[in-house]
Amino acid sequence: MAFITAFVRDILSQPAVLVGIATLIGLMALRKSASDVLTGTFKSVMGFLILVAGAITLIGSLDSLGPLLTEGFGIRGVIPNNEAIVALAQDVLGPETALIMVFGFVANILYARFTPLKYIFLTGHHTFYMACLLSAVLGTAGLSGAVLVIVGSLILGALMVLMPAWADKVMQKITGGDEISLGHFGTLGYMASAYVGKLVGNPEDSIEDVKMPKGLGFLREPLVLTAIVMAIIFIITIIFAGITFTQELSGGQNAMVFAIIQGLTFAAGVAVVLVGVRMILAEIVPAFKGIADKIVPNAKPALDCPVVFPYAPTAVIVGFLSSFVAGIIGMLLLGPIGLVIIVPGLVPHFFCGATAGVFGNTTGGKRGAIIGAFVHGLIISLLPALLLPVLGALGFEGTTFGDADFGWVGIVLGYIARLFK
Amino acid sequence: MIKILRVLAVCGMGLGSALLLKMNIEEVLKDAGIEAKVETADIAIARGPGVDLIVTSLGLAPQLGDVSAKIVTIHSFFDKNEMREKVLEALGIKD
Repeated sequence: MAFITAFVRDILSQPAVLVGIATLIGLMALRKSASDVLTGTFKSVMGFLILVAGAITLIGSLDSLGPLLTEGFGIRGVIPNNEAIVALAQDVLGPETALIMVFGFVANILYARFTPLKYIFLTGHHTFYMACLLSAVLGTAGLSGAVLVIVGSLILGALMVLMPAWADKVMQKITGGDEISLGHFGTLGYMASAYVGKLVGNPEDSIEDVKMPKGLGFLREPLVLTAIVMAIIFIITIIFAGITFTQELSGGQNAMVFAIIQGLTFAAGVAVVLVGVRMILAEIVPAFKGIADKIVPNAKPALDCPVVFPYAPTAVIVGFLSSFVAGIIGMLLLGPIGLVIIVPGLVPHFFCGATAGVFGNTTGGKRGAIIGAFVHGLIISLLPALLLPVLGALGFEGTTFGDADFGWVGIVLGYIARLFK
Repeated sequence: MIKILRVLAVCGMGLGSALLLKMNIEEVLKDAGIEAKVETADIAIARGPGVDLIVTSLGLAPQLGDVSAKIVTIHSFFDKNEMREKVLEALGIKD
């Protein structure tokens, strides 16, 4: 008997299983065939385990970078990458994350049904990542068990309708219509960019009128860029850390080879995590949408940031570059001031910087896109540094959350919680 | 043996926009009564073998390069008419 109780308790605390159960319920509610329910459920469970495998690869690379950065620059360096930090967190926060995510979906539907904020947040991976952030911050604040899950889900659901609502007016300008909203947790950064654009720019002077050279196509492949940038970061770091120290760490392998391989391994780990996340979401998000469509049929879908890219493709590239440059400057400025340097995270600057560029271009043309995205880049260099203290043990990893909303939500909640202690 | 079509929805990280494309493709194919396996992918996977149709967005189409699969380029992630027209045309089916 004790064995059975232990089995039930342990299996239900496996986040992979929780996600599988949620998928199972969702697919059954949509009356999918038994075959579809079976494959869907297994895929989401496997997806989770694949994510964990990716995490292990990432950890290896980050565990090398940490000591190298400290030896080379004297301070801690952190590279914001959502996939990495969430994958690392699953070990400790897995069950809470899975539960908050699932009940966050429920909360979203309820808010959409009973308030004027009729949005359904379909960017599944951001729901997942925000659920993880909330488990870390609320857990560190002292909440646990059912209370943690309930509070977390209510907050998550609220964010899932509030952020799209905030971006709605600008989205209507961008898309020229009222069909979709933005479901992405970088909204603070995008709205900051839009505001800056309005202040300094001229919306008639769109950056789309500028022709971009063709050879820059590689700038559209974030995983390739992550690999290149991480290899460069490793190489620069070993130069400062010294060959002797590096080769001790590498167990004798040539320092330059070590740097390159470790940098590429980081990107490889992210790629594996993404395969896992994709598999989880491939079943859950359509199920969520199907159920939401039945309960709140007139709700606007809140979609992932790339949906705005086709409307201003030049702003996308310019936004990314401007944000990334701001990230480098931010790193050089923050280092001497703070205890932690935030190394520019390729993925946040790529997707969020690009979106900030589009937002800035819509309200302020060329100047709006460039300066707005630059401001965005500074924001996502500063916020992660301020976020680290409220993440508890999770704040000591070599990576953290990258997008703007993860930053401000965590900081606000973390400091509110401190007031109560 | 009836061969089931393999359709890939491709976006930058294979995550967000690909899933949106996938959901729309599946709806379009279901309405047209066509059986296919629709998956999300990033560009690296899209270049692999065994794919019949690739659906992707404007920005990414040039990156695909030489593939044996037919490519459909979508301008709007949520315009079902555009999706239906272009996918059915690529599959050689009358609308």
